[in-house]
Amino acid sequence: MANSDHTTRRTFLSLTSGAAALVIVRPVDATPAMLSAAVRNVVGEADVHTGKVKLDIPPLVENGNTVPMTISVTSPMTADEYVKSIHVFNEKNPQPNIGNFYLGPRAGRAQVSTRIRLADSQKVTAIARLSDDTFWSATADVVVTLAACTEEAI
Amino acid sequence: MKIAVCIALLTAMAGAALATEIPRSERRSGYSFMSADSKAMQDEDTANPGMLSVLDGETLWMRKAGAANKACADCHNDARVSMKGVAAHYPAFDKALGKPVDLEGRINLCRTNHQQATPFAYESRELLALTAYVARQSRGMPITAGGDPELAPFVEQGHALFMQRQGQLNLGCTSCHDDNWDKKLAGSAITQAQPTGYPLYRLEWQALGSLQRRLRACITGIRAQAYDYGSPELVELELYLMTRARGMPVETPAVRP
Amino acid sequence: MPSALINVPAKAKRGSVIEIKTLMSHIMETGYRHTASGSVVPRDIITSFICRFNGKEVFRADLYPAIAANPFITFFTTVTESGKFEFEWIGDKGFSETTQASITVE
Repeated sequence: MANSDHTTRRTFLSLTSGAAALVIVRPVDATPAMLSAAVRNVVGEADVHTGKVKLDIPPLVENGNTVPMTISVTSPMTADEYVKSIHVFNEKNPQPNIGNFYLGPRAGRAQVSTRIRLADSQKVTAIARLSDDTFWSATADVVVTLAACTEEAI
Repeated sequence: MKIAVCIALLTAMAGAALATEIPRSERRSGYSFMSADSKAMQDEDTANPGMLSVLDGETLWMRKAGAANKACADCHNDARVSMKGVAAHYPAFDKALGKPVDLEGRINLCRTNHQQATPFAYESRELLALTAYVARQSRGMPITAGGDPELAPFVEQGHALFMQRQGQLNLGCTSCHDDNWDKKLAGSAITQAQPTGYPLYRLEWQALGSLQRRLRACITGIRAQAYDYGSPELVELELYLMTRARGMPVETPAVRP
Repeated sequence: MPSALINVPAKAKRGSVIEIKTLMSHIMETGYRHTASGSVVPRDIITSFICRFNGKEVFRADLYPAIAANPFITFFTTVTESGKFEFEWIGDKGFSETTQASITVE
């Protein structure tokens, strides 16, 4: 049916132009130093413990432009014992910060949802600051699949 | 790399068997191919970003415009009543023009003929918002497009375009959306090209967009020259696709990856 | 003309914890994209979101370019009395929008 010579040549031409486009659009990643600086900016010299925080994010997402994410922290949320804030970071976007969320005992439930952008498959980390000024964290790996036939960028 | 995978898969498809129409019992909305997270985004109005445009459209519906200083609502009153089921039978035949017009085209004809205002640009915020607001009034109703006998030759032309191989990859719409809808192209489901939810919010676009925008992206994807917005070819393709989806419920504003 | 969608229950029992959902129309332009001619598309994002109840802050968020377009934020709060929630979004290029929602305590 299809002429195989023609198909091969078309594939080759398309590949060549595709490779050229990829070089141009590659964004700059945040460096590990930028990420740790952003975390230190929030926690100072305090230790960050693992636990208490649950980071609910799909392990495999259909489009990195809009990734749903829910962070919840185990806390009684009383006047004496509550979550002060939740801070979310990423590894490979151009900038390490995603968002900071400030709660208080009045929240009643330490849970926040939003939608984020992930430029590539990477780790996402959420750190919670409790009322006793201890820090707790959770990290999740997200694989961002490559969509086929996307439109050209702007 | 991404493009390489895409090309390899598309090239493999070029040699696939002859096109066959999807049996009625096997027709599926793009919704059914989505992840639970994306479905949840469409299901709840407060979570569906497409609803922001619907709200916007509601405001525009009430706003007076043009030399006639008339709002849509001055003639059509409450859209929740007057526009119910309207989008489900578009594109519709326009007697004066002697050809089908899609919902965007109808809104712009209303603007020029009745409001005496300049038409909105394709994919403008206003045109998408008004179209989404009108189409939202048909949500849940079965698509009835293509019933008018005067449309028959245009449905046929749209069908011919759907079947026609074109572009550097020498593919027709049918090569993917009739013959390979149960497969994947890189990480994405191919889907059946049932236009049940337009205008819709595409996560890739991070915005609402029209069926014509989607068709143009698809045509560019097979390395063919995309038809211009508003061209007869795109309207005929829209008409054929809506006719093909007859009986499926309208989902506007849908969410897609 | 930005639009916002807010989901707050109209009624709730005193002392109960309710979920509030907010969706605000905004492009959230990252400042990391380039046009075809190579010039940078300037950053245009919402940087701050605040929810107040009867004038008192109950929730606040700092937003960065990694928040998706049309920011969707949900959170919880304890209902103590009838009153008004006020939502405020502040961002680049002088962006500032507010909207309100009332709740009746039973």
